[in-house]
Amino acid sequence: MTVESWIQVWYALPVLLRGLLVNLELLLGLLALGLVVGMAVALVEVYAPRPVAAAAVAYEWFFRGVPELVLLFLFYFGPDQFGVQISAFTAAVLALGFRSSAYQSQIFRGAIQAIPAGQMLAARSLGMGRLRAIWHVVLPQALRLSLAGWSNEFSSVLKDTTLAYGIGVVEVMRQARYLTARNFRLALPAFIAVAFLFLILTYLGNWTIGLVERRLRIPGLEVRR
Amino acid sequence: MGLDWAWLPQLAHGLKITMELTAACMAMGAALGIVLALLRVYARGPFLPLFWLASAYVQFFRGTPLLVQLMIIHFGLPSVGIRFTPFLSGLIAMGLNTAAYQAEYFRGAIQAVKAGQMLAARSLGMTRVAAIRHVVLPQALRLALPPWSNELIYMLKYSTIVYMIGVMDLMGVARTIAARNFRFLELFSLAAVIYLGIVLLLTFALRWVERRIRVPGLGSAGRG
Amino acid sequence: MGQLLVVEGVCKRYGAEEVLCGVSFSLEKGETKVIIGPSGTGKSTLLRCINRLTEPDRGRVWLEGMEVTAPHANINKIRSQIGFVFQDFNLFTHLTALDNVRLGLLKVKKMGRKEATERAQAELARVGLAGKADAYPAQLSGGQQQRVSIARALAMDPKLILFDEPTSALDPELIGEVLGVMVKLAHEGMTMLVVTHEMGFARSVADEIVFMERGVIVEQGPPEKLFRAPAHPRTAEFLRKISELYGEAA
Repeated sequence: MTVESWIQVWYALPVLLRGLLVNLELLLGLLALGLVVGMAVALVEVYAPRPVAAAAVAYEWFFRGVPELVLLFLFYFGPDQFGVQISAFTAAVLALGFRSSAYQSQIFRGAIQAIPAGQMLAARSLGMGRLRAIWHVVLPQALRLSLAGWSNEFSSVLKDTTLAYGIGVVEVMRQARYLTARNFRLALPAFIAVAFLFLILTYLGNWTIGLVERRLRIPGLEVRR
Repeated sequence: MGLDWAWLPQLAHGLKITMELTAACMAMGAALGIVLALLRVYARGPFLPLFWLASAYVQFFRGTPLLVQLMIIHFGLPSVGIRFTPFLSGLIAMGLNTAAYQAEYFRGAIQAVKAGQMLAARSLGMTRVAAIRHVVLPQALRLALPPWSNELIYMLKYSTIVYMIGVMDLMGVARTIAARNFRFLELFSLAAVIYLGIVLLLTFALRWVERRIRVPGLGSAGRG
Repeated sequence: MGQLLVVEGVCKRYGAEEVLCGVSFSLEKGETKVIIGPSGTGKSTLLRCINRLTEPDRGRVWLEGMEVTAPHANINKIRSQIGFVFQDFNLFTHLTALDNVRLGLLKVKKMGRKEATERAQAELARVGLAGKADAYPAQLSGGQQQRVSIARALAMDPKLILFDEPTSALDPELIGEVLGVMVKLAHEGMTMLVVTHEMGFARSVADEIVFMERGVIVEQGPPEKLFRAPAHPRTAEFLRKISELYGEAA
């Protein structure tokens, strides 16, 4: 490991950053998918009739129990078997997104169940329907309570975007591998550089979520742990 | 669906590697994790630098992807003359990584043990170290079991990444057979089922252990 | 048909336990009726059966001749006409006092924003909390929270208000301010059905007292009669016990 190799990596930084951008796109896609599906799964688990709720629990269990890499391969090669071509990036968003939805649904479900039953009763006593009460009274509170757990999930999936490397998405790990394939002496500085990029992103992300949390904080609605 | 029974012995061998890797990294992570947790809780005064060191370790390994850590160890270190076999690289990366997470669970558990326990032990004339060893840790380890169980299942699933450096674990075997026969869907479905089965078994086994070592009045501090 | 609310033969059981069995009574417009009785005798369940927050097993309820318990009744519309004040307030934790009062107006009554705001401010003023519009529930005392919850019920222009032990969760020094608001409402002609242990309130405000025990109405009548000369020995015993407990002579 020479000073020269560090300098070379420094000059290759734009390439790494271009790869990192792909990780961020992935992150955005999978978090959004995970949020929407996860919220739906949580609502079904809490409010839907037994058989439907049980299906949601099974869904959650499946996506929490199968390794991410296996999911990535299933989503990448699976559709192919039925004649559907799907890009590695799309497969990664779907696989990681559905997986994240299983974890997010657990966070949301916990938050929804932490809202005292009286809140729902009071909303119903005003004449609100069930859905309206969920939308105006339960969800605004549950989402706030979810932020702490959600920030954990954020840091976790941010790092997991690197697993898309496994199905050939040209993200930061792949770019680093390209770099080191030409010169194996670059491997150490290149991967350490990637590590620090992720440290920075993790800090930035948690700082932003913390900021949002403080902005949305309401007296009496703190996270009860 | 063309599942060839001849694949099973190969997959079974891969599964064995997966289990060995997971078990070894969890043991390594527990040993290192407890030390890190103790430093994070108790290293003060002249030992403060050790507290900083432990904290920096935890921050680094929790803040960066496991895959990056694996690559640094397996492809980065050889450039400074340090080489491991793929299995060993995988084990070291996973062990160092899970140690940081386990350290946090143990720290939480140690801090959840009531302060009066330490006071009572000291009032009997125990040294600080003896009090930690005989009073605090036995309670903390029980409290840490639920999050530790989760971590075990996490590591089982994350162990799949070692195929990327050529370890023939369950994932590596499945992938090789799939590529050779062009049977991706079948093989990865099969792998998914096997992993799910193991997760289920482990979940039940760990719940059983939890019940076995439960002490009345000592609640769980698991954070799910 | 002069009755605003008619309750007929309402029954409710939880598992093996019969909480309500065949409760019937009615309420005239402008009347204040107080239900008293030992804890756990189905008083709260009865209130909840009236607006079907709890579904009664049997029996029927009418509000102004409209059957609340009819299978196809628009229960949300009916509930919007029946105010409900909970023992533990149940103010919406994530909303300010003003928004708590305004939510039903905006989302159930579909009132315009400006009109709803004015109405909500007026209701807060009515319960003496005009200055607390921007406070969150956690920033208010129990008494203030309960007054906001009364304002929330009032804003919907209810035909009657059900009070479920509105002062039971309050520190003694805060009970007065809530009772004060309720007395004022009674005098203004609001129709109220109140479950309470506050015998002073019952005696001075109620037009009629209902004594319930073990899921049935034991006795009902005007307060002067019920307190002075209860017809049933169970009533007498309850009144004696409660006066020992709360130090109020019956």
